[in-house]
Amino acid sequence: MKVAITGMGIISSIGNTVEENFHSLVSLKTGLSTISNIETIHKDIIKVGEIKLTNEQLAEQLNLPSDNNYSRTALLGAIAAKQAVENAKISDMNAYKSGLISATSVGGMDMTEKYYYEYFENEACQKYITSHDIGDNSQKIANCIGLKGMVTTISTACSSAANAIMLGARLIQSGELDRIVVGGTDALAKFTINGFKTLMILSDDYNAPFDNNRKGLNLGEAAAFLVLESETIVKNENKEVLAYVTGFGNANDAFHQTASSENGDGAFLAMNKAFKMAKIQPSEIDYINAHGTATPNNDLSEGRAIIRIFGENVPDFSSTKPFTGHTLAAAAGIEAVYSVLALQNNVVYPNLNFKTNMEEFNLTPQLTLKEKEIHHVLSNSFGFGGNCSTLIFSKN
Amino acid sequence: MGCVSSQDTYETSFLESVEINTTENIVYAKQPSYKELIPPAAARRMAKGVKMGIAASTKALKEANVEVPDAIITGTGMGCIEDSEKFLKALIDNNEEYLTPTNFIQSTHNTVGAQIALGLGCKGYNFTYVNGSISFESALLDAKLQLENEEENTILVGAADETSSHTMELFKLVNIIKKESDLPYSVLDSNSSGVVYSEGATFVTLENVKKENSYAVLEALQIQNELNIDEVESFITSFLDKNHLKIQDIDVVVLGNNGDINFDTYYTAVGSLFDQIPQVYYKHLCGEFNTASAFGFWVAASILKNQAIPKVVKMNSIEKATFSKVLLYNQFQGKDHSLVLLSKC
Repeated sequence: MKVAITGMGIISSIGNTVEENFHSLVSLKTGLSTISNIETIHKDIIKVGEIKLTNEQLAEQLNLPSDNNYSRTALLGAIAAKQAVENAKISDMNAYKSGLISATSVGGMDMTEKYYYEYFENEACQKYITSHDIGDNSQKIANCIGLKGMVTTISTACSSAANAIMLGARLIQSGELDRIVVGGTDALAKFTINGFKTLMILSDDYNAPFDNNRKGLNLGEAAAFLVLESETIVKNENKEVLAYVTGFGNANDAFHQTASSENGDGAFLAMNKAFKMAKIQPSEIDYINAHGTATPNNDLSEGRAIIRIFGENVPDFSSTKPFTGHTLAAAAGIEAVYSVLALQNNVVYPNLNFKTNMEEFNLTPQLTLKEKEIHHVLSNSFGFGGNCSTLIFSKN
Repeated sequence: MGCVSSQDTYETSFLESVEINTTENIVYAKQPSYKELIPPAAARRMAKGVKMGIAASTKALKEANVEVPDAIITGTGMGCIEDSEKFLKALIDNNEEYLTPTNFIQSTHNTVGAQIALGLGCKGYNFTYVNGSISFESALLDAKLQLENEEENTILVGAADETSSHTMELFKLVNIIKKESDLPYSVLDSNSSGVVYSEGATFVTLENVKKENSYAVLEALQIQNELNIDEVESFITSFLDKNHLKIQDIDVVVLGNNGDINFDTYYTAVGSLFDQIPQVYYKHLCGEFNTASAFGFWVAASILKNQAIPKVVKMNSIEKATFSKVLLYNQFQGKDHSLVLLSKC
C-alpha cells in the first residue's frame, strides 16, 4: 500500500506558512535571531530560531477564547496541523478511519517553568497544570482539527517527528487507518535552552553544519504536520498527491544516552532499513536533508554513517538547521516539509555558514541553491537515547 | 512478563500477597532489590522509572527465554519526571546558573527505553509513546503491527511511570488526586472525585510464535481520543464486530475503575453490557497513573494463563469454569479510551 502525502502545514522562524518557508529557503534567509519571547540570562549570548509571534497572537489565529489553557507547543502544533488539513482539502475530518500522531519533547514545559511556584499562590494560573502533559497537547491539536479517532504521541527526543511519520505510514500500510495527520511541535523553553547549555553544545554563533570549526547548535521552535492518506482515498477523491513516503527505518545506537557512536552505527542501520523498505539503491537518492545539528559529535557520526552507506558517491546534501535552528521534536516534521518542497520544486537547499571541510573526511555539503531533477530525498533525524531515524520521500 | 508495582508483584507469584490501601492518596511502588540487576554505582544515578523498567524488562525477557529482543517499545505518561523537576527547580532557584547536565540528560521521555537498549546492547527499533492513559496501548499497537508484518520476531513492550513530589502537589491542587477529607479511599465504593495516585512498570515479551510458557495471544486493540458516555456501547460493539465477535463471546471483562465518581460512569456503562460474565478491576491494587493499564494487562494475561481469577480482583460473583477471551477497557477522565482483546493460547 502506497502512503501518499496530500497536505502540509508549517510554522517556523522562517515563515508562518509552507510558502513563506520555501521563500526563505530559496532566498537564503535565516530565521536565527536574538530571543525576545523568553526572559533568559543567556539572551545576549545565544541565537535562536524563534517565531516572532506571542502566545496571544497565536491563540488569536486559532480563534481561541482568551481564557484558553494552551501551551505554546499546542498553539504552534494546532496552527500547523490546521494548515495541513486545509491544504489536503479535507472537509470532514472523520469521514474515514482517521488519526493524529504528534511528537514533542517539551510539551507544556513553557507554562510549567513560568508558574512553577506561582501555582500554589495564584489560582488563575492553575488551568495550565494539566497542559504540561504531552498527551494534553496532542488532544488540543486533535480538537482544533475536529478529529475523533486514534490520537497518540511519540517522544524520542530529536527524532520524534520522524517516528510519528513512520508510525503513520505503518498504520496506512497495514490498513489500520486511512488518513493520518502526522508531525511534531516544540516551543522554545528555558528548560531546553539551559539543558543544552549545560551539555555545552550551544553555539554562540550561527551554526555551521559539517564545518571543521563548528561550535554547536542553535535551538529553534517550530511545528509541522503532514496529511498521509491511503491509495484508496487518493483514488476515490481524485486527490492531488504532493509526494510519497516510500521508506523508513529506526534503529538504536545503543552507545550513550546523549552522544552518538563514532562510526554512526545507529544512523547506518536506520538508513539501511529505509532503503530496504523503499526498494531503491543509495545511488538513486538525489538529495540528503541531513540531521546536521553542527555539534562536533553529530556531524562526525552522521558524516561517517553517510560515507558507510554511499561510499564515494555521496549525493548532494545539506542541513537546513542554519535556517531554522534545531527544533528538536519538530525537526523531522519541518524537514519532511522541506524534503517534499525539494521534490516538488526540484531544488537542493544550500548548507549555510560552511567554510572548511572537516579534517576527518572529505565531505562538502551543497553550498549554493541548486536546481536539478529530484526523485528521491532522504531525511535523517537523530535523538538522545541513541534514537536514529531515516525517512525517504519520493515523487512517485 | 515482569511487573513492579505498589504491590509485591515482582518477587512473588501472581497476586499471592496483596495489601488494600484505604488511607494514602499516593502509594509508592515496592522497589525490588536492584543489586543483581544493575551495578550499584550506576543504580545510584538512575531514575526510579528507569530502574523499575530495567527490573520489569529483565524478568519479561527471562521468562520468555530471550536474551536480546529485536525491538523495544515503551509507553510512559510522564517519563523520568523526577529528573525534569530537579533540573527545573535548580534552574529557577539558581536563576539559570550552576546547572549540571545529569538531570537534563535523564529527563527526556525516552530514557527508560534507551537505557534498557543500552544495557542489552539492543540496536533495534526503539520507540517511546507518551500520551496519557493510552501510552502503553500505543506501544502494544505498534508492536502488534510489526509482528504481524513479520518485520520483527521478538519485541519487548512495556510501560514505566514514576511519581515525583512537585507534580503530586500540583495534582492535589487541581484535584486529580483525592483529598485527605475524602478518607477512607475506595475504588468501588467511592463518593469523591480524583484518584489515588501511584507508579510502576510492567514489561511484556511479545513474539510471533506460540511457546510452551506463553501467557496469552494479543488479538486486537483500539485507541480513541474522546467518547461521550453514550458512545461507549457502539465503540465496543463495533470493535467486537470488526473482530467477528459478539458480546457473548467475551468471558471476562477487565475494567479500569479508579474511584473517580465523575468518570467511573464510563465503566458502569461498559459493565452493564457485560453483566453475565466475571468482571475484574485492579486499580485498588496498583493505584492510578498514566500506564496503570499495563498492570491490568498483566492481570488479564495472568488470568488467561492460570485459568483462574483471584478473589481480590473480582467485581461480581459470577463464576466461569474456563476463560478463552478477555476484554480490557480503560480511560482517564473521559479521554484516551482503549480496548485490548486477549485470548487463551
